[in-house]
Amino acid sequence: MKTVSSLLDAHWYERYKKISRLNIRSSIYDVTDRCNLRCKGCFFFSSGEHERAAEEKDVDKWHAFVEKEMDRGVNLAILIGGEPTLCMDRIEAFYKRLPTFCATNGLIKVDRNRFPNMMVGLSLWGDTEDETILRGQDTFKVTSANYEGDSHAYYLYTITPKQLGKTEKIIQKIENVGLKVHMQLLSNDEDVNGFSWQEEELVAIREEMDGMLDAYPDTVISSKYYHQIITAGKMLGRRFGWNECPSVTISRDNRDPQPKRLTNFIRWASDLKTVHRCCTSETRDCSTCKDGAAHMSWVMVNKRAHIKTTKDLQNWIEVYEMFAKLYQFIPW
Amino acid sequence: MTTDASQTITRIAEIIINELKLEDVTPESFEPDLDLVDEVGIDSMDLATIALVLRDEYGIRIDEDDYPKLTTVRIIADYIDTKLAEKE
Ligand code: SF4
Ligand code: SF4
Repeated sequence: MKTVSSLLDAHWYERYKKISRLNIRSSIYDVTDRCNLRCKGCFFFSSGEHERAAEEKDVDKWHAFVEKEMDRGVNLAILIGGEPTLCMDRIEAFYKRLPTFCATNGLIKVDRNRFPNMMVGLSLWGDTEDETILRGQDTFKVTSANYEGDSHAYYLYTITPKQLGKTEKIIQKIENVGLKVHMQLLSNDEDVNGFSWQEEELVAIREEMDGMLDAYPDTVISSKYYHQIITAGKMLGRRFGWNECPSVTISRDNRDPQPKRLTNFIRWASDLKTVHRCCTSETRDCSTCKDGAAHMSWVMVNKRAHIKTTKDLQNWIEVYEMFAKLYQFIPW
Repeated sequence: MTTDASQTITRIAEIIINELKLEDVTPESFEPDLDLVDEVGIDSMDLATIALVLRDEYGIRIDEDDYPKLTTVRIIADYIDTKLAEKE
């Protein structure tokens, strides 16, 4: 039988042991059904999720809800959809109790006196031109001023096909404001001309992402294995999609046999009652889904499948470390 | 080690091998003190699966809070034997 220590040298084994018992149990929460932007390609609005449930306005109910979530074993709250910073009281209900991550467009600054070490993920969709086409304005100007040098914030850079050959400029400007960046790929949810991935573009962007990781290792939080999997949609010869996806809400998971999945994962709507099918839009086609978190989790839950060769296991460790850094379970 | 204890160990090893589809190991050759997380690489979902089979086999409930303690086959065997003794 292959054991972990038989595949790793002392350095890698230490790295493995730092993450092997983390037992992260995340769930995702829509904090509100509103946003102060309306980006083209935003799954929240394009799939009508903002109309599926009316947001709970009583903050006491949010506090009670988070308590119940903790009883369910959740130890990481991921706040998304619409724009969480429109409702700081609701964010606080999570932050007071749990490791909390807040995905935001960054236009409203999180008050660091109130949320000193909450990890903040700032969405960025490209350079000035793409940001303007897709989001109506270049958010970087505002967000970089709001978060410059903040060690608990990073950019979540959604790469579109139009960014090919242009990512370095963006990584550089992020580095220049003293922030980190994690790269993900736009899924083709809403028809926006020229923003659909073609096979050859995926091959090219993988190479480019690898290059960025090599050139900016202190700024880019990523791994080459993650680049490979998210661009190819394949892992260890298996294809990503509904039958493999780990990020399906537990009560909506009728798959038989069940794949390896996130323990007790739920994505809650902002009425605190409705659940969404998965970590992203219900209308998304699983066979072309590029959701970064789902791909990362796919690797993470399939640890034993990677205990085959030294390289496979090192790949798994790098992806797990990346996730653990992005959600502050280990330091940058 | 009593025969009963060693039988429990072998049976638990067999369950783990079957449930996790481990290769190149038999219930007899499975090292009972091998760390299941650090060496075999099992995770909490694997443990939950194993706990269900153990529950059906031995008629005992394994608390989720106890999972982190169950780090080797020998420790799981001791845990089961203790639970069974409490039931008697
Ligand atoms: S900022 Fe985020 S939630 Fe708001 S419209 Fe854009 S993608 Fe959607
Ligand atoms: S759309 Fe993506 S994240 Fe959602 S179930 Fe399908 S594959 Fe998983």
